[in-house]
Amino acid sequence: MGEPLYQIKALQVSLPDLNRKPIFGAAPRIEILKGLSFAIAKGEVLGIVGGSGSGKSTLGRAMVRLLEPSGGTVLFDGHDITHSSEADLRPLRRRFQMIFQDPMSSLNPRRKVGGIIAGPLALHGLAHIGARVDEALDQVGLPRGFRHRYPHELSGGQRQRVGIARAIALRPEFILADEIVSGLDVSSQAQILALLEGLVRDLGLTLAFISHDLSVIRRLCGRILVLHQGKIVEDAPAEQLFSAPKAQYTRDLLEAIPLPDPDQPWI
Amino acid sequence: MTRPFLEIRNLSVALKGTRLRLLRSVNLSLDAGQVHGLVGESGAGKSMIGKAILGILPLSVAVVEGQILLDGSDLLALPPVERRRRIGGLTALIPQDPLTALNPSRRIGPQITDRLVDILGWARTRAEARSLELLEEVQIPDGARVMRNYPHELSGGMRQRILIASAFAAEPKLIVADEPTTALDVTVQKQILRLIRDMQARHGTALLFVTHDLGVVSKICQSLSVLYAGKVIEDGPMRDFFAAPKHPYSASLLAATPKYTDPEGSLLPVPEAVIAAVRADVAADDKGWTHG
Repeated sequence: MGEPLYQIKALQVSLPDLNRKPIFGAAPRIEILKGLSFAIAKGEVLGIVGGSGSGKSTLGRAMVRLLEPSGGTVLFDGHDITHSSEADLRPLRRRFQMIFQDPMSSLNPRRKVGGIIAGPLALHGLAHIGARVDEALDQVGLPRGFRHRYPHELSGGQRQRVGIARAIALRPEFILADEIVSGLDVSSQAQILALLEGLVRDLGLTLAFISHDLSVIRRLCGRILVLHQGKIVEDAPAEQLFSAPKAQYTRDLLEAIPLPDPDQPWI
Repeated sequence: MTRPFLEIRNLSVALKGTRLRLLRSVNLSLDAGQVHGLVGESGAGKSMIGKAILGILPLSVAVVEGQILLDGSDLLALPPVERRRRIGGLTALIPQDPLTALNPSRRIGPQITDRLVDILGWARTRAEARSLELLEEVQIPDGARVMRNYPHELSGGMRQRILIASAFAAEPKLIVADEPTTALDVTVQKQILRLIRDMQARHGTALLFVTHDLGVVSKICQSLSVLYAGKVIEDGPMRDFFAAPKHPYSASLLAATPKYTDPEGSLLPVPEAVIAAVRADVAADDKGWTHG
């Protein structure tokens, strides 16, 4: 195992429970993540799997500091970013990027594709923005002419490519992909995964891939974390997790997947 | 040989005022009590077939040719009032998104009973008793309390159970299930599929199951049609399809389906050449199409 890019220790996140908020006063807090510890090595592709409400997206958002943890530490390449201010985070943000689940709501509908990809480049004050937008479009397999299109003119798979282009245009070291293929049909899903696989290899990216679908994770990831109710119930190399799952919850997840095979005993 | 319960003959649906077809001479038949899968990519027209049967096509499209025979009579040839009565009495829909399908500002109870009372003319007390029965059948504990709940107070799986109860309430003979589990995670999906299959078998309802997931098809359907650009590319018994798909496009779709037991042989993108070939087929069809 190489040098760690991320080191996460006893990570806790709690969020206000707005359903139970009294009219006056603070809402009670719910503990979403209950002390998670793990590390991600440089160049590793880590899968994070779990059911709805297991805390997998919250974990992702805490890692890229879209929300602030309530306990524990998050070290990115040695920098403690657990409670860093937005200004302190800014130079680091270039190095870790996120791709979101729903490209329709994560791409600004009023901006053209070119502007969407250029946005973060301008924000970080980079030069040669036009050339870098072209390069990013090439890398995700979209024609350069797409920079003049709006998100609503694209298919779901194409929109997700734009989301990927925006993330890689900054040439980050780490990408967090949160359920990025779950809204796509099987053929676009396969294309996006093949694209991501190629990018990870060619750009030497470190990737954390969040999904509820173990089949998808199997294809991409070398190591897998299984989350259940805010805790890591299993952390194992992919081979081992699929051949000999240790946690009961992992076995339940595996069993629930409908394989395209009429002879699989299932329901 | 008995007559199939649902028979679609040569159905074409086009964008109004154009010759652009969204369904291209579709043929399909479904026997009473059977489950048939409609499979394809986004935009292949699989939901459009369901909508055409249920008479809820978008206003921008229209049927330009063909017949939809439901229990022997052609829906499209019936006068509108008669057609709606027939569709309302014989069919129901399980929609994809349980959150948008339920009215957020109304309690669950009336959302199930309204259809029975307003469309089928049941007495309200009978409709309420029936709803309670059904909530129990879809394994919702404490149905009386849930009927007083609002949709946001329930989980996604619970909401989908309510829509299933509601679909079966009037004992339809045919249910169109439009990607009913796509929004759910795998463990909940399994429970919901099992529930749909059990309910379907117990009530003897025919089911048209729209999905893009061949894994799901292999668990619940007896037969299937694979669609591309509104054209049926391949159809037949489910087991034959999984043993040996006949058309290269449907074989590619099968190879694109995730399968964790075969990481090298699954999740493979559909090859460009296969897409080009199936597009050429569709274009050739359109050339030979003289109607409209």
